[in-house]
Amino acid sequence: MSTTEKDIASAVDAGGQHDHHEIPWIRKYVFATDHKMIAKQFMFVSLFFLVVGGALAGMMRFQLGFPGQPMPGAGILPDAMMAPTPNGAIMLPEFYNSLVTMHGTIMIFFAIMPLLVGLFGNLLIPLQIGAEDMAFPRLNMASFWLAVPAGMLMLASFAVEGGAAGAGWTSYAPLSTSGEWTGVYLGQQLWLVSLTILGFSSLIGAVNYITTVINLRAPGMTWFRIPLATWSLFVTAVLILLAIPILAGALIMLLFDQTIGTGFFRPEVGGEPLLWQHLFWFFGHPEVYILILPAMGITSEVLSNRARKPIFGYHSMVLALISIGFLGWIVWGHHMFQSGMNPLLGTSFMISTMAIAVPSAIKTFNWLGTLWKADIHFDVPMLHALSFVSMFIIGGLSGIFMASTPVDIYIHDTYFIVAHLHYVLFGGSLFAIFAGITYWFPKMFGRMMNEPLGKVHFVLTFIFYNLVFFPMHNLGLQGMMRRIYDFTQYDFLQPLQPMNQFITLFAFALITTQLLFVFNFFWSIFKGEKAGNNPWKSNTLEWTVPSPPPHGNFAEMPTVFRGPYEYSSPESDDDFLPQTTPPREGPGPSSGVPEPTPTPEGAEA
Amino acid sequence: MTWSDWSWVLPEAFSTFSDDVDMIYYVILWVTGIIFVITEGVLIYFLVRYRHKEGRKATYDHGSSKLEIVWTTATLVVCLALGIVSKGVWDTMKIDVPEGAMEIIVTAQQFEWHVTYPGPDGALGTADDFEVLNQIHAAVDEPVWIHLRATDVLHSLFLPEMRVKQDAVPGKDIPVWFEATATGEYTIGCAELCGIGHTTMNGTLTIHTAADFQAWATAQAQRPRPRP
Amino acid sequence: MIDRLWKARGVAVITALLLAVGCGGEGGGSDASGGGDSGPAASPVDAATAGHASGMVTFSGMAPANAEIDMSTEDVCAAKHSMTPTQETVVVGDGGGLANVFVYVKEGLESLDFPTPTQAVVLDQDGCEYTPHVLGVQTGQDYTLKNSDGILHNINASPTENRGFNVSQPVVMETNRSFPTAEIMVPLICNVHGWMNAYIGVVDHPYFSVTGPDGSASLQGLPPGDYVVEAWHELYGTLTQNITIVTGETAELSFEFNADMSAAHVPLGDPIDPMHPESHRTVDHQ
Repeated sequence: MSTTEKDIASAVDAGGQHDHHEIPWIRKYVFATDHKMIAKQFMFVSLFFLVVGGALAGMMRFQLGFPGQPMPGAGILPDAMMAPTPNGAIMLPEFYNSLVTMHGTIMIFFAIMPLLVGLFGNLLIPLQIGAEDMAFPRLNMASFWLAVPAGMLMLASFAVEGGAAGAGWTSYAPLSTSGEWTGVYLGQQLWLVSLTILGFSSLIGAVNYITTVINLRAPGMTWFRIPLATWSLFVTAVLILLAIPILAGALIMLLFDQTIGTGFFRPEVGGEPLLWQHLFWFFGHPEVYILILPAMGITSEVLSNRARKPIFGYHSMVLALISIGFLGWIVWGHHMFQSGMNPLLGTSFMISTMAIAVPSAIKTFNWLGTLWKADIHFDVPMLHALSFVSMFIIGGLSGIFMASTPVDIYIHDTYFIVAHLHYVLFGGSLFAIFAGITYWFPKMFGRMMNEPLGKVHFVLTFIFYNLVFFPMHNLGLQGMMRRIYDFTQYDFLQPLQPMNQFITLFAFALITTQLLFVFNFFWSIFKGEKAGNNPWKSNTLEWTVPSPPPHGNFAEMPTVFRGPYEYSSPESDDDFLPQTTPPREGPGPSSGVPEPTPTPEGAEA
Repeated sequence: MTWSDWSWVLPEAFSTFSDDVDMIYYVILWVTGIIFVITEGVLIYFLVRYRHKEGRKATYDHGSSKLEIVWTTATLVVCLALGIVSKGVWDTMKIDVPEGAMEIIVTAQQFEWHVTYPGPDGALGTADDFEVLNQIHAAVDEPVWIHLRATDVLHSLFLPEMRVKQDAVPGKDIPVWFEATATGEYTIGCAELCGIGHTTMNGTLTIHTAADFQAWATAQAQRPRPRP
Repeated sequence: MIDRLWKARGVAVITALLLAVGCGGEGGGSDASGGGDSGPAASPVDAATAGHASGMVTFSGMAPANAEIDMSTEDVCAAKHSMTPTQETVVVGDGGGLANVFVYVKEGLESLDFPTPTQAVVLDQDGCEYTPHVLGVQTGQDYTLKNSDGILHNINASPTENRGFNVSQPVVMETNRSFPTAEIMVPLICNVHGWMNAYIGVVDHPYFSVTGPDGSASLQGLPPGDYVVEAWHELYGTLTQNITIVTGETAELSFEFNADMSAAHVPLGDPIDPMHPESHRTVDHQ
């Protein structure tokens, strides 16, 4: 076909498929503009970084479980990280500080965030709202290809003299302002540059997502018929849009302090260390909601579908998402209760923090309500989604302790905080990611993941995960501080040695167990049972198209008649009723079709 | 490892406000513990009771606004109550330094605690001040007002048995106070990552009887100072 | 046509990324032995025509007392000292000799290239003190940081011509490093033990000497010619002397410091005040 004929064909095909012409391999798989391919690109790169982050944690746990002992196999690491001694290679404190920093940085920015926002945002938003792609496909490509050099810089920072950043993922000033304090020179700057580039990647992604959701919804897809996964990603995108610029500003100010002698945060030239904390956490608290809201959205999708029951209180769920997004801006000071800021602010931030517990509680009760009198199928995605709910309950409740300012005096900067954050980020976000990947895998690859292997992976992960992180509450209550290379230097912490070792051994087991998921994932891409359009009998729009969907997604513009959670509806012969199925009769209470002014074909909304 | 490693009972504390702090902790522990048992219990019950069986059909139900209002209000009330209870103790610990407290300066730096005492004249900043490293000494039942400073990076003065924690910020002078209720030797720790030697910033807090403290302070003041 | 354009962009981007990775990956390695590849190459100096310089660095007047060190925070090190340890700021021998003075040829050797010695010099941390207090190395020559105490020490170096570093040694161990650029002098401190301080002088030739309490300094095997020799002391600053080397003869070196010179500006690497080691950090070592 000549170019002109292709153009005519496309024009006639009013917004339909564009698979007439051959896209060269490099345009389809490398510099892709199709949102589904970009989603996969984010997924593969992020899963790689998830493994890197896990490896870093494994090394940290070795030092904590066996302080000062030579680490097996560490001889391959350079002397800057592991000191050679006659008995073997011993971890250096500066490398431990880098491990702590880079584990947090890589997990948050290069694993969890791109999985939730890059993978699920890209995969789900256009499909769930009935669009053929994102509003700006080339901007979408740019978003991914900015994340890649950011990741490479972050990894490269391990190889430079002085090693990778070592001031914590929070990079507090003045520690982070000079290698004189940390022993890290270029590595700290690479950290800043990498995150600034990644920030731009996230920003343009957010612009894309917001525009797409507002403008490209199919007819009938009103705001309150949007599935909760897309709703959560929409609110998340707004948070990204508003929060990332503050982070970028702070990162650049710190870079200037490190390199050209400015004094934003350096007290020796009149700067204010607390300014860094305010800027960082003003971004940082919305950031943690960026890390949990999409997970909540995914959980709602899977829970409702696998329980064959409408989500309990859909409107409240949307309102809760928006409330969390809004309240998330006024709680940042709860990270700074002990920072030296005015204690009066401690009280105001405590009140707002107590308030933000409410919408999260609403969501939790609503998930429980969804399970009440349901018909629960314990498939692998459901197991992970249920895990999200039960682990998020623990993570959320532990947050109450630190929200109380006097109790926070005791538990701040201890392992109680480490336990809390891992319950919400691993117990929460990561289990939701497992739920999402196992649930939408057939849509991405046209094949199911192996169910028995998935169940084994789930059970072992769930057990080992709790054995690793639940005892950390106790370590914190006994006074064990965070980011500490050798806690046995403190007499009062020496009795905690056995528990640290216990945690370390189960951490190794937890990390090893993930090989099951890696194997299942790759094996299933090639050998998994072939999946049809809608293996989960779901209502949302992505399940009305083939698995995987063709370029352009929908052969015809879909029309939406009802909300996304019409499971076990009396209007359906089956226990599900897709959003795009025309209603059997005329208007009814649950068909979502308003009283018609007579139209030629009564079904068009 | 023993069963006690898994205990959520706090280690003992020995200051005038530690009972209040610990009480709030236990209230929160009970409240969250009960909520935990109920919610997880309900979850497990639902999973068992409503699991898929041949012929089972879910109830077509979209929720209940009334129920939502009830549990939203209950959650809000409980959370705000905990906040209100906490405020008084927080103000006491962070703002209301008692009259007549013994003033000392604790200066944190990589990787030592420099503790400056006022000396026999009782006033800081005079020639008879003396300094000790990685130790704080005080008398039992007497309030101590620490002027917390730092010279280089952030540190955090952590006195676990007194339930004291406060970040030390270069360029600031932050008030920290406590009144010990039992003699003994306790822990000083650093609770904010401060560099390579963060792990070595441990010290000893010694609470003496009033007489012993006087003896210690006098002996220290008379100790030959390092020649300048 | 559009496809070829995309292909070209793609190739360009991938090439750029590969270059970036390839070039960005270096940068480590100055903690491995940096010297050595010149091996035992021939010295450019003809021993038959060489001359020497030697003499005394003395201190006149009342030497101020050195600050005492309180090691009570580190039991392992306190146990190694039977008498109260002191700083080594002003060490004057019985004969009036001033120790820890770094004497070196400052000018006159610019046209010569000297081989890098393969032998490493040792800077030991023993009893929480650096031994020696002042050390000289050649550019590219290995020096070994040695931890004889078996407790955590960090070595925090703040040079201005070379790259700074801050590394730790948590157990008995040795680490080799080298400086690529000449610098007078590089200050070292330990942050875990705030009283520890030392200085390293880096020169690109072998003509340097650190005085002991006897005050003697000796520069052997210099080519004939005119030279400027400098003596550096951490508190009293620098003194210079012009000498002329004649074949087979020994020129006399003589440097006299006195207590009035303590107000001197000590160039590069300001001295560390042992009572307030953090004060040296006010200097911007960018």
